[in-house]
Amino acid sequence: MAKTFDVTKHVLVPKHTKLSEKERTELFEKYVIELQNLPRIAKNDPVIQSLDVKEGDIVKISRKSATAGETVFYRRVSA
Amino acid sequence: MAKKNEAVEEKTAEGVQEVVERTVDKEQFSRERMESMTHYVYKQVSSVVFGVLSPKMIKKMASAKIVTPELYDKEGYPVDGGLMDVRLGVIDPGLRCKTCGAKLKECIGHFGYIELARPVVHVKFVSVILDLLRATCPETGRLLIAPEKLAKAKGHLDKIEEEEGQAERRKAVKALVAQSCRGGKNPFTGNKLEKVSIEKPTGFVEGDRRLSPIEVRARLEKIPDEDLEIFGLNPNTARPEWMILTVLPIPPVTVRPSITLESGERSEDDLTHKLGDIVRINQRLFENINAGAPEIIIEDLWDLLQYHVTTFFDNDVAQLPPARHRSGQPLKTISERIKSKEGRIRHNLAGKRTNFCARTVISPDPYLALDEVGVPKIIAMKLSVPETVNDWNMEYLKKFVQRGPQEYPGANYVVRPDGKKKRITEETKEAALEELQPGYVVERHLMDGDIAIFNRQPSLHRMSMMCHRVRVLPGRTLRLNPAVCNPYNADFDGDEMNLHIPQTEESRAEAEILMQVQTQLISPRYGLSVIGCIHDAITGNYLLSKKDDLTPQQAMLLLAAVGITDLLKVAGKKKISGKEVFSMLLPEDFNYKGVSRSGDPVVIKDGKLIEGTVDTKAIGGEGEGRLLRLLHKQYGPARTIKILHQIANLGIEYLMLSGFTTGIADEDLPKEATNQIDDLLHKAEEDVALLIKQFKEGSLEAFPGRSVAETLEMKILERLNKARNECGKVIRQFITDKNNAAVMMFSGSRGSITSLIQMSACVGQQALRGKRIDKGYSGRTLSCFKKGDLSPESRGFILNSLKKGINPKEFFFFAMTGRDSLMDTALRTPKSGYLYRRLANALQDLKVEYDGTVRDASGRIIQFAYGEDGVDVSRSENGKIDVKRIVELE
Repeated sequence: MAKTFDVTKHVLVPKHTKLSEKERTELFEKYVIELQNLPRIAKNDPVIQSLDVKEGDIVKISRKSATAGETVFYRRVSA
Repeated sequence: MAKKNEAVEEKTAEGVQEVVERTVDKEQFSRERMESMTHYVYKQVSSVVFGVLSPKMIKKMASAKIVTPELYDKEGYPVDGGLMDVRLGVIDPGLRCKTCGAKLKECIGHFGYIELARPVVHVKFVSVILDLLRATCPETGRLLIAPEKLAKAKGHLDKIEEEEGQAERRKAVKALVAQSCRGGKNPFTGNKLEKVSIEKPTGFVEGDRRLSPIEVRARLEKIPDEDLEIFGLNPNTARPEWMILTVLPIPPVTVRPSITLESGERSEDDLTHKLGDIVRINQRLFENINAGAPEIIIEDLWDLLQYHVTTFFDNDVAQLPPARHRSGQPLKTISERIKSKEGRIRHNLAGKRTNFCARTVISPDPYLALDEVGVPKIIAMKLSVPETVNDWNMEYLKKFVQRGPQEYPGANYVVRPDGKKKRITEETKEAALEELQPGYVVERHLMDGDIAIFNRQPSLHRMSMMCHRVRVLPGRTLRLNPAVCNPYNADFDGDEMNLHIPQTEESRAEAEILMQVQTQLISPRYGLSVIGCIHDAITGNYLLSKKDDLTPQQAMLLLAAVGITDLLKVAGKKKISGKEVFSMLLPEDFNYKGVSRSGDPVVIKDGKLIEGTVDTKAIGGEGEGRLLRLLHKQYGPARTIKILHQIANLGIEYLMLSGFTTGIADEDLPKEATNQIDDLLHKAEEDVALLIKQFKEGSLEAFPGRSVAETLEMKILERLNKARNECGKVIRQFITDKNNAAVMMFSGSRGSITSLIQMSACVGQQALRGKRIDKGYSGRTLSCFKKGDLSPESRGFILNSLKKGINPKEFFFFAMTGRDSLMDTALRTPKSGYLYRRLANALQDLKVEYDGTVRDASGRIIQFAYGEDGVDVSRSENGKIDVKRIVELE
């Protein structure tokens, strides 16, 4: 069936991007964390279907925030 | 699981015992004693195992076999082999235990057992037994899974257990079994399987034949150990046949002590009564079996025994009538002792109670400092603070001991270095005084300046428990400054509060540094002051800041009353303004720009109030007083508290000087005003009548997405609200600063324009669920209206004011909404309280780390910056940081 609706275009869906290898290590160093410490996002979550991600990748989410204007969030892709 | 099912490993048992002994010794706890106790061997509990007691184990741990239901002989001495057998422990002072030789309180008691004439089912295991009977072959006892599928199933089950726990594993086993013997075929023999069902509470039926406990037990015995492991039972600690009782352990007498009544009669514990029943029936069953009685009689007795054993464990089984006392009140047996709110777990183990605390009604005292708490003398003489004697305070403490417990400030106890605690009385006073030397501890009465923690439930806040300093006062209530009512959410309509006295130097230091009122000024919720002036203090300052013709005498009186002694600035002038008096309290380099409630600017320059009036926006609590926030930021908590106290007292003092009262006359309006209001309301009624007419004619146009009827309702509501608001405008025109009700409203200390409108102009539309009232009879609200009447009057619009008086119809509508809101609050408070509790419990161990991230206890990130902007609200102003002002100040 052809795609009729693209969730990522919806106004309420924040921007999701995949982190590159370099950004990944930078993130780990910045927060002194391991992959396990990040919040999760399901691999089959509709918003990341077009991102070509696999388990263990990190997704960066930039959302609008009531307190900070814009804020970034990171999630690891899990099964 | 029931208490009985605990089987602790041998090694562990010793460890547990060790802990018990240590807690017993706690009373004589002291450093010297700790050092002399070097012979203690500490053991670590390596594991705890839960299982089912085997008959062998029951006999092994028992120290007496119980054979007779009699308790005492003619002399009142316990019968050997009776339920109160002396071998089961001691409950009488002075006696020694027949089994272990220890005295009362030292001997923890010993189990006994009875041999049951016929086996009975343990109620608490019925579901497990049923699962096992259904899942195993009646002939071989093997699990009904085809042998070739077994290995694969095991791996699958292990995975389920690891992920979801043992209960899920058992469910999965049942599912597997159901699959394996599809069509009722036994995979081993190929025979047809009869369905095993339960006959509640404790009977088992196969097909249509009843299985006796003996048969059930025989079947369970057949199940091989390996198959039990698949089922999730450890065969070493929980063989299923042990779930059918053949011997019953008798709990020690220490578990069920008898009480001697005032009349000298003995009253036995509920458990003893129940055990008596069991022993008696058991005895009869034995006799009947031996005498070769007919099977029916034996069956009957057997069922009776089953009933007694069942109710011994649980007297609240749905299908059984509970066993009762002769008075008709149900017996409290083992399950009832453990479960629910009043049970051992929630009441005794998880319940937290403390010593050195007090609770009474609270009342206000504006002359107390904000961080003080007034403690009644009677309470101060009961609560105590331990002080260790040394060379320098010996004489000082001796005076306390000298005065004793009756005279304030005295002392209640003297504690020797070896931990022995002695009460001071008139007789022991001299000896205690003689004995006192460095190293002793004197528990002296509570005195002014001692540290106390003050609390009001519900403790939803960290500000619900704050550290205050004690002021011992006459009277019988705990007292606090009304300015700290806000954080506690307290009022004085009968509220009670709790007081705790920290007993160690460490706890006092902690309370002082972390919990003192000063440290809690700025709420972490909105970054503004929670503590501030209320009621009269606001009104007073509001009036004072508007007043500009005080005499120097008046000004001096006010200032002296709040503790300002440097009166030179006031002396020699003819007229002094209230603003000048107020300014005297402020630091000299203080600058502030804000707005008052009326929207006019308030300016303080170099510690002088130049322009504007002081009201809640400046000095109020609960997220209002901006002036307080700035004071706190620039001069710190201690100074802010002091200034706030002075401001509050200045307000109250000024009100006392000028006099302030409000009465029903404050709601009087001049004739002109009432005429205007009448016109307004009349006009509104006409407009509404017009709308209704349009609606009936069908000329009313509907709003998009609404029906015509809905549109009409909306328009009517809008028109009536408009009328009420216009009344407000009229009132504002006519009231002056002479009107005290209005003064309170304008200063923000109490009341609002709505309350004034309701009292003096028009109560307005009563609404249920956001709509005009339409409940009652079909098509009408009350029988005095015509059906389909949509007029304001018939739909809950109250035209009259409360002062003028409302008519019976209006009164009924008023009562309707009143009742509705009453019910609403009564029902919503517990619900939202529970929601809050769950939220707080879920978030309690989240923490902001040094890098600004919010993480849970295992280090997982919840937020990458606290609150997404990384702002600590308690260091901000209303959640924001005013960069512009910081730049200006530099």
